[in-house]
Amino acid sequence: MNNNWSWETFMDALPFVLQGLWITVSLTITCYLFALLLGFVWTFLRKVPNKFFNWVVTWVMEFIRSTPPLVQLFFLFYAWPMIPGIGVTLSPFTSAVLGLGIHFSTYIGEIYRSGIESIDKGQWEASKALNFSTIDKWRKIILPQAIPPTIPMLGNYFIIMFKEVPLASTITVAGIMLMANSYGAQNWSYLEPLTIVGIIFLVLSYPSAVLIKKLEVKMNARFDKNAAIK
Amino acid sequence: MTEPIVRFQDVHKSFGDFDVLKGINLDIKPAEKVAVIGPSGSGKTTIIRMLMTLEEPSSGDIIVDGKNLWKMKKKEKMVKANEKHLREVRGDIGMVFQHFNLFPHMTILENCMTAPIHVKKENKEEVRDRSVKMLERVGLGDKLDSYPNQLSGGQKQRVAMARALVMRPKIMLFDEVTSALDPELVGEVLEVIRDLAKHEDMAMVLVTHEMDFALDIADKVLFLDEGVIAEQGTASEVIEHSENERLQGFLRRFRG
Repeated sequence: MNNNWSWETFMDALPFVLQGLWITVSLTITCYLFALLLGFVWTFLRKVPNKFFNWVVTWVMEFIRSTPPLVQLFFLFYAWPMIPGIGVTLSPFTSAVLGLGIHFSTYIGEIYRSGIESIDKGQWEASKALNFSTIDKWRKIILPQAIPPTIPMLGNYFIIMFKEVPLASTITVAGIMLMANSYGAQNWSYLEPLTIVGIIFLVLSYPSAVLIKKLEVKMNARFDKNAAIK
Repeated sequence: MTEPIVRFQDVHKSFGDFDVLKGINLDIKPAEKVAVIGPSGSGKTTIIRMLMTLEEPSSGDIIVDGKNLWKMKKKEKMVKANEKHLREVRGDIGMVFQHFNLFPHMTILENCMTAPIHVKKENKEEVRDRSVKMLERVGLGDKLDSYPNQLSGGQKQRVAMARALVMRPKIMLFDEVTSALDPELVGEVLEVIRDLAKHEDMAMVLVTHEMDFALDIADKVLFLDEGVIAEQGTASEVIEHSENERLQGFLRRFRG
């Protein structure tokens, strides 16, 4: 193994690793959008007025959250196709979207729930008194108030998810992590390509974190103003 | 005799073991102004909350404009009303709340316009005109684009009334609408209600602690005590001629 840092290797590895950047970024965004949507599904499933059904949904969410995403990815990619009857072979990318998306959707569902529960009872009663349909009540009154305060939290989950995406390299998704690994294996030199991966993550997530912090300050200001009225 | 717009028939309501209402029978005529008075905990608010479908009665019937509010016919049997039925009947009713419950993410004008547009699917321009006129009527024509958090309590409550009125309800419910206001802001809200009582031909039900005001504008006064209507009649009947001891005591406490 080559133990010395070499800028030559670094420059050689850089374009190779960067080939995976598009996959990493698009996987993050796809997973995140999927999790945002599925989060709503959990939230509304938990609102179904049936005790047993609620218990099942809560338990399923708890199960998904309490098992490691890596195990879930392996299960979806390697084990699920072997189940007779319902087993389907999925592409690595699809498995990663499903696996990480479902895992994070349970957290995002909880965030939505906290947002919805923060809405004053009076808002629900006013919607009823004005005879809003169930759908319009959610669309026009509840969600426009419940979601904005949760945006900073949702943003944090975007960064957390971005940092979990390299897990997908274990099921052969060719993101920057897999590219760095295979560069290392081919050239017997891991130091430079993995350093590049680290740098890419830093370069992408630090500005996002700063942006989210700004958003948080803005949302808090807005929230305080609203709270001051009552 | 005209048909009542609202009729309560032996309506009971309990919260757990606590019986709040123990058999309410009541007729409200179209355009009638009814004031509901009584000690706190006597179930005044519960009566109008059931009418607004915010609470379900434990038993009994509430008839609104000839339709049973909480029950519907299904295969020749009366069953518990579903949301569709409730929406149909509740469209005739509007309510103003103690804590205003304006929508904080909308301007004053949007607060007024949203329900006619999205619920009644009315023409947007027409709704805008009507909302502006209504807001001018309650003295807030210069605040159309303000948000609720920029207004005083009295102004918020006037917006809440305008918002309910643009829906053109046949019955308006007022749930202690001045109780959450600073004393100096009570007058402006009562003025609006007095104006409505004089010029609008909808039925109005006011749950209130503003005794003199209520007696002044009401066609009928209900004294609610321990879950029943202990006394009812015109203001002068109830106040000057009632021999109900508890009512006399209650009035004395209020009027000093």
